[in-house]
Parts: sequence; structure tokens; C-alpha cells
Amino acid sequence: MALDQSFVGRSYPPTDPYEVGREKIREFADAVGDTNPVYTDPEAAKAYGHSDVIAPPTFVFAITFKAAGQVVADPQLGLDYSRVVHGDQKFAYSRPVRAGDRLSVTSTIEAVKSLAGNDIIDIRGEVHDETGEHVVTAWTKLVSRAPEEA
Amino acid sequence: MAAQIKYADVEVGAELPAASFPVTRATLVQYAGASGDFNPIHWNEKFAKEVGLPDVIAHGMFTMAEAIRVVTDWAGDPGAVVEYGVRFTKPVVVPNDGLGGLIEVTAKVAAKLDDNRVRVDLTAMSAGQKVLGMSRAVVALA
Repeated sequence: MALDQSFVGRSYPPTDPYEVGREKIREFADAVGDTNPVYTDPEAAKAYGHSDVIAPPTFVFAITFKAAGQVVADPQLGLDYSRVVHGDQKFAYSRPVRAGDRLSVTSTIEAVKSLAGNDIIDIRGEVHDETGEHVVTAWTKLVSRAPEEA
Repeated sequence: MAAQIKYADVEVGAELPAASFPVTRATLVQYAGASGDFNPIHWNEKFAKEVGLPDVIAHGMFTMAEAIRVVTDWAGDPGAVVEYGVRFTKPVVVPNDGLGGLIEVTAKVAAKLDDNRVRVDLTAMSAGQKVLGMSRAVVALA
């Protein structure tokens, strides 16, 4: 089903803050097998000029994708999530995410396309801390695959 | 940001130290928990095959997380990464054979930019197929 073009440019309200915890960062670093001490040892992080442990570059996706769920689940948009695959992902950082951050995400639909029966949607998530400082922008392209011919 | 590599010492075409990252079913279960992505295609073989996949596949974001380690290990400070983007071109298939899959990552300096920044282009392969396309990072060097 072709998606409604009028959704392009639509923004969703900022999410409630997600508080980034040291132990959640440690859990994520462990899960990707990354032993860089800047993720687990505040002193190692300070040696690089960070006020606390920082998160691996892709950590913030868990937060932005949850926020994108507002878009994906918007019944007016009508995306078939059971057929969605992740097409592209990009991040642009003003600074790394770090422990103690309280991050809020504002999601915007940047583009809606239909190609060969696939619905393609580009979602931009702007992530700000509780002082309003920009931390990172995440661009997520989702592709809802066309149903196979019976 | 405090990268340890100096911009002046880096030449276009320079290869970063390559690395390979094994991925098993246990790895994916752990990543699911840490990331909150519980899509069954990443842990349920029956479900994965029902939706047309060859087997359980790794989370694209897991592959993305592994690939950038080549850059962050090189730069020293992961906070030196100012941009990072990928296209998910092929899945990383993770069979339940005790070995799992392997993600092989190479990277090279593709361009020197303003403000001591460089663009690094990454290549990620698994089972002979390119699993990431347009995989690029911009890194702020010392």
C-alpha cells in the first residue's frame, strides 16, 4: 500500500527523557564485545576529556528507534511493520552520549516513497540533552517489503 | 575530543588495522537484551525461515556496532567519531553450528577534510558477501 505523501515533514512530540546509566553502557559494550575502558571506567573517560563514561557510537539507536516507534505505529501512516527491514542508518554527533545524560528525541518524517511495491520511509531523530544542547542526530531508513506474489 | 592519531601523520589511502568479529546465537541473544531489539529473526530459526530468511540473522545494528570498532580502536577516543553511516546490503547469517558467523572489517582513509577531520571508508564482509554498503565515518583527529 502506498504511503500518504502528506506525512512528509510531520514531527512528533519530544519523548520523555531517557536517562543514560553507566551500567547500561557497560551492558551494551559487553554485548558488542568492546573492551575500550572509556565505556566502563570514568577515569579512562576523563583522560580523554569526558566528564563520565561515554557510550559506543551506535548505543543511541536504542533510544532513537524507540522514539521512531511513534511514527512506525502511527495508524494514520499505515506502515506494515511486520514486513519492515532496516535499510540505512546514519548518525551525526555534536558530542558523544555519556552517563548521566537525560536524552529526549524529536522524530520527523523526512521522506516517504514507494518503489517497486516497497514502502520506504526516512525518519530523522534529533537528540537533545536536558539543557537543550544537541547531542546527536540519527537518520533511519525503513523499508516495508512488498508482499510476495501468492 | 582527544584522538591519539595526528591528522598531519595520516595519508589518504592508509589502511586502518583490520579486525574480525565472531557472532554466535549467544552473541545475538546478549545483544537483543542490551539493545532492546527482540525481533525474533535474530534468535528464532523457525520464525526467520518462515519469513524467507536463510537462517537466523544478526541485528544490522550489531554489525554496525562491530564495524566502527576498527575506527574507534584506531582513533583511541570513540568520542572522536563525528559521523557514521551505513547501508544494510546483505544479512549476516548466524547458523546454530557452534561456530556462527564472522564479520570481517577493513577500513581506509578515503579523504582528508577541514578541521583535522578525515573520512574513513569501511568494508564489512561475511561469508564472502558485502554486508554493509556506503559505510563511512568522519573522525576528528588530533
